[in-house]
Amino acid sequence: MSLIDLSAVSFAYGRGRNVLDGIDLKIEAGRNLGIVGESGSGKTTILRLLLGLARPTAGRMTFRGEGLDPGNRAVMRGFRRAVQAVFQDPYSSLDPRQKVFDIVAEPLRSLKIDMDIDDAVAGALASVDLPPDAARRYPHEFSGGQRQRIAIARAIVSRPELVLADEVVSALDLTTRIRIVDLLKTLSERTTLVLVSHDIGFVALLCHDLVILEKGRIVEQGAARDILSAPQHPYTRRLLDSTPRLMDFA
Amino acid sequence: MTDDAPALAQPSSLRLTPAFLIGAALVGLHVVVGLMTLVWTPYDPTAMTGGRLAPPSLLHWAGTDRLGRDLFTEIMIGARIALAVGSGAVTIAAAIGVTVGLLAAFASRAVDDVLAATLDILIAFPTLLLAMLIVAASDGASLGTAILAIGVAASAIVARLTRILARRVLAMDYVTAARVSGTSWLGIVRIHVLPNIWPTLVVNFALQFGLAVIAEASLSYLGLGAPPPNASWGRLLQEAQATVYTAPFGAVAPGLALVSLVIGLNLFADGLRDVADPTRRRRG
Repeated sequence: MSLIDLSAVSFAYGRGRNVLDGIDLKIEAGRNLGIVGESGSGKTTILRLLLGLARPTAGRMTFRGEGLDPGNRAVMRGFRRAVQAVFQDPYSSLDPRQKVFDIVAEPLRSLKIDMDIDDAVAGALASVDLPPDAARRYPHEFSGGQRQRIAIARAIVSRPELVLADEVVSALDLTTRIRIVDLLKTLSERTTLVLVSHDIGFVALLCHDLVILEKGRIVEQGAARDILSAPQHPYTRRLLDSTPRLMDFA
Repeated sequence: MTDDAPALAQPSSLRLTPAFLIGAALVGLHVVVGLMTLVWTPYDPTAMTGGRLAPPSLLHWAGTDRLGRDLFTEIMIGARIALAVGSGAVTIAAAIGVTVGLLAAFASRAVDDVLAATLDILIAFPTLLLAMLIVAASDGASLGTAILAIGVAASAIVARLTRILARRVLAMDYVTAARVSGTSWLGIVRIHVLPNIWPTLVVNFALQFGLAVIAEASLSYLGLGAPPPNASWGRLLQEAQATVYTAPFGAVAPGLALVSLVIGLNLFADGLRDVADPTRRRRG
């Protein structure tokens, strides 16, 4: 059974035109998925749907086969525990008034997860190569790359099955990107990743499958290896031609 | 953005600026004096203890008023009145303003538009005018009416500021991350919104405190504030107006008290932002 299944999903803001149209998408446990498209392709909207922050205006989204009903607290709690996120901007994704300990511990407290919070936070920080004393500091005391590591620690502390990462390296310099990619690669051994990015080269490093979005529609999807070696759609070919490839530098 | 410097930055340290310390000292002095009047004053504030309009002397440090009452005693009691009005008005403004501002920030666009327009209309009225209307509509001038009037008038400003600040916080990714983490809306307000808007609100509260003190003095000056025998600084100034050329200290002394408290509050507010905001602390 898929972790998340989108079936003929469309979405429009207010009474505007559809920004997503007829999306069919399955997220399988253990298979990292990359969602690639340029600005305006609907990447952010699809991410909001996958995070349960917006509801489809048409079609159906299920989590482990069940429809996501915000009124069903048990299902939503299970969903929140299973699905976490890392955002693009490490400066706005960490609360500047909270110490790192409280930032990382927030999912455990909010979801009332029965874990020793001290141990869980220390373990999450260790997983992202940050020392234990980082927990006592504020975000402004860290560099951009370190902040992104803190955001990743928050996303993994509750041991989710799925981590969605939105343009997670695009605000970082090249050296830091490579370190974060290495970190995500290590994390993907124990959790499924969905990477949303305009950079097909970056997602290809980590994902088994790719979905190519153009103007709210999926124009191509399949195994990353197949798409990279033989792109079928002209838009995919254009993305491949125009995107600097991280592996060229790595 | 670069990644890991091998060592983390040093922990940040609290910075108490000279301005903050001066502000705290001025406000602290008024608080001590105001509290002291509850148990002791140099003279009975209603007793005629010296000659009329006497200049400052060892017996009467600020001289006497036109009825021969000790002016220093009245100024001390005026500090208590000013602090009571300031704290009462700011408490009312904070309670109403922060609640309405947060509701507007979380409300749908239509409700937010209505609330924002209402607040703009209220803010368009000068605080003093609004306060005068409320005092006029009530049974009569009293300390309680003055506190309520000034507090209600200030609440629109607090509400608008709260709304703007809260909306800015709600747009941040860390709030989205909190929603993804299952934090409730009330939890988001408690954990993220209030701590992030608090430093700016505190500064505004302190400024509103100072404005409330001035507004109360103005209302008392116009005869709409605390009625006699409450020795409000505004009433002392009003009484000294007729004799300002022959006995100037009657106006200068309460004026100095008023200005020193307002300046103290402003300096205190600015420094308080540094204390309340960890991102403004320097690295040690």
